[in-house]
Amino acid sequence: MTNTEELSDVPELPDVRAASMRPVLKPGRWYWPVVGALVAVVAVGVVAWVTQLHEGLGAAGYNNHAFWAIYIADVVTFIGVSYGGAVVSAILRLTGASWRAPLTRIAEATAVVTVIIGGSFIIPHLGRPERILELIYRPNLSSPIFWDFVAVSTYAFASIVFFFLPLMPDLAMARDRLTAANRPRLARLCGTLSCRWQAKPSQRRRLDGAIGLVAIMVIPLAVSVHSVLSWAFTLTSRPWWHESIWAPYFVVAALYSGIALVIIVVAVMRRIWGLKAFITDRHLVRLGFILAPFGAAYLYLTIADFLPGSYVGENGVANVFAQVLAGRYALWFWLFVFAGLIVPLLIIALPWTRRAPFIVTAAALVVGSLWIKRMVMVVAPANYGRVSGVFGSYHFTWISACVTLAGVAAIPLLLLLVFRVVPILSVTEMEEMAARKEQEAMREGADRALAEIERRHDAGESLDVQVEEAEMTPVGRADA
Amino acid sequence: MHEETVASSSAGAPEPAGQGPSGAEDYVQPRLGSGIAAKAASAVTAAVEPVVIRKVSRRRVLAVLGAAGAGAAAVGTGVLGREKSAQALGTGARGTPATVSKNPARRTAQWAMVLDLRRCDGCKGCTMACQQRHYLHADQTWIKVYKMTSSGGQTYHMPRPCMMCEDPPCMYVCPVGATFRNDEGIVLVDQSVCIGCRTCMAACPYEARYFNWSTPKPAPRMPGMPQSPEWPVPQVLGTVGKCVWCADRLPHGELPACVQGCPMGVIYIGDLVSDVAVNSFGDVIRIDEFIKKNDAVRFKEELGTNPRVWYVLGHDQSSVG
Ligand code: SF4
Ligand code: SF4
Repeated sequence: MTNTEELSDVPELPDVRAASMRPVLKPGRWYWPVVGALVAVVAVGVVAWVTQLHEGLGAAGYNNHAFWAIYIADVVTFIGVSYGGAVVSAILRLTGASWRAPLTRIAEATAVVTVIIGGSFIIPHLGRPERILELIYRPNLSSPIFWDFVAVSTYAFASIVFFFLPLMPDLAMARDRLTAANRPRLARLCGTLSCRWQAKPSQRRRLDGAIGLVAIMVIPLAVSVHSVLSWAFTLTSRPWWHESIWAPYFVVAALYSGIALVIIVVAVMRRIWGLKAFITDRHLVRLGFILAPFGAAYLYLTIADFLPGSYVGENGVANVFAQVLAGRYALWFWLFVFAGLIVPLLIIALPWTRRAPFIVTAAALVVGSLWIKRMVMVVAPANYGRVSGVFGSYHFTWISACVTLAGVAAIPLLLLLVFRVVPILSVTEMEEMAARKEQEAMREGADRALAEIERRHDAGESLDVQVEEAEMTPVGRADA
Repeated sequence: MHEETVASSSAGAPEPAGQGPSGAEDYVQPRLGSGIAAKAASAVTAAVEPVVIRKVSRRRVLAVLGAAGAGAAAVGTGVLGREKSAQALGTGARGTPATVSKNPARRTAQWAMVLDLRRCDGCKGCTMACQQRHYLHADQTWIKVYKMTSSGGQTYHMPRPCMMCEDPPCMYVCPVGATFRNDEGIVLVDQSVCIGCRTCMAACPYEARYFNWSTPKPAPRMPGMPQSPEWPVPQVLGTVGKCVWCADRLPHGELPACVQGCPMGVIYIGDLVSDVAVNSFGDVIRIDEFIKKNDAVRFKEELGTNPRVWYVLGHDQSSVG
């Protein structure tokens, strides 16, 4: 993948360091008001949650026929979108796609932030959150929920490591910049976090090895997280939850929505912090190309999930499917199919909509629709009375809405805060890419010269070739 | 997933009228908290005689069942004979009731229920008695009476307590072991441990679990009866509760509230080891014989939960009234 076509995407930008430090040093006048507004939304959510603690989960719209609902849909959604960031970055690293360089930091940060939010959504879900540590000191190993807990914590840890490793050299750079900008405290923090990075070749080698290892590990780990998450449902005998296809279905859903979220976050970040020079429209379109096959796969799995149950008409599954496809949940379900699958796929497929703003719209549709899908998929089987065959219902309340919105607001909030401390672009990586491009160009120049020599030799001409002197210093390394 | 097999079929041969309600006038509301009847011997005789139904004091029968260890020794060979049938009862996927000990010294009672739906008129007496005793909200129907329609279009009623599954899915999925199964086959929830994740509600195929979505009904403090898995009163906000077969009463030889509260004598509570069960009329049955003779079925047998509840299916109640 390191052909010249690929590399031509890497912008030759000596000011990448300045750009990546801009959010840290000069975040802009809008920054604190926006952070304040987001904090306010989160605070309202916390107030709602405290009210819910006091009054019971009934206040969030729960009842005996909707014992699992919005918070579980939130958990699945947030942890799902986290997969996108981690895997986009891991796969692009492993395949050596050089155009990834300006995106990895944002993608990895999104993964960390969303897995933390998703994991915390288990807290409003619980009736007795203060007892959550029982999962550690008196676990029941036969419970899928215990293994969910293990899988999500492991994955959260891995994604933090995956975020942190490539960050170390950049933190060393940030330390120097911060010292220069007279911000000693933040500089000291960055210095500590960078673990005395000095860009020694031995350090470099070890770091590259570690990043490669974690990149490989993150992929099966994330597959296992979403499979185990699906087993919380499928290990019950409840109609439509008890489906063997659900584990791969969850993995694909996670990738699909996760890549969509990366597209949104990347687009927003490049807008608010003026990174258009580094993150081009082509980056977004390429991410769109990665999104499309997962959308197609999700469409396929949806059909595969529904066809057998609705065809056979077995009591239970067929009752639930009838309500989902043509009954009380049909509006939501078909909204998901059109807005979450068909429209985004068309946007990416049609050449005249294959442009950055449309791709971002498609991504937004995907993330929103998949939340709806998860609501339907959690609520419909829970609603179904397995003895009476009668459906119950779930209604939103201000509490469940505010808690969920707090989770949504927490994503930009945490990202804004993270990029107040760490460089938003993977500076080191981008410089390496630029250096590689330089070398590539040099090698090409040499090749051309050799070919010329050969040609002249064959033609019996003079061998006195003027080889242009190439710039030997890699771009952006001048001040290192 | 043939979920509603029992609900929609009325398999099983009709039973002769001889086993109908044997006179509601005999029905006396047993007093709460009364002592255990001492004359166990006569009850034991009643239990091992090859009589399907015989009138004795229900308290006496239960007393024997409750004092299980002693009872087992007293009954001697009779029980050993019965034990075989007790094991034969567990005809589900895994064969025998797992907890019936081979060792007579360690043998305890193995509680079971038989519900004779032919008698049930859907009055919900069981539900109300239970809710009163456990201070439950109206929607917490630990024993719930479902109105069912047979394939022939006729209505019958089916009370659904907790099935006390021998392989309880609710217990397997509980992440913190708040749901457990005691030595006598009673599945209980420790509400001081439950984290309120409600996975058990997802797993129970019988919808037998009820969460405390709002502040539980206040209950007067009973001296000497602290809140416990067997006596989950008052309920605890944010935790799950369910039918406990009045596990606090069983060892004392008293009938569960629902059994006592059924004016039709539908619900029999008994012990698989000694193979005896009794209803609110004091009708005593030998479980093994009774369920075989009446083609009793277990609800959702195909799910492999091995319930401890047998149903004698209803026939044409709608034409009776
Ligand atoms: S709600 Fe309570 S009893 Fe049920 S699975 Fe969760 S912790 Fe266990
Ligand atoms: S009926 Fe439900 S609650 Fe009762 S033991 Fe079986 S699975 Fe558990």
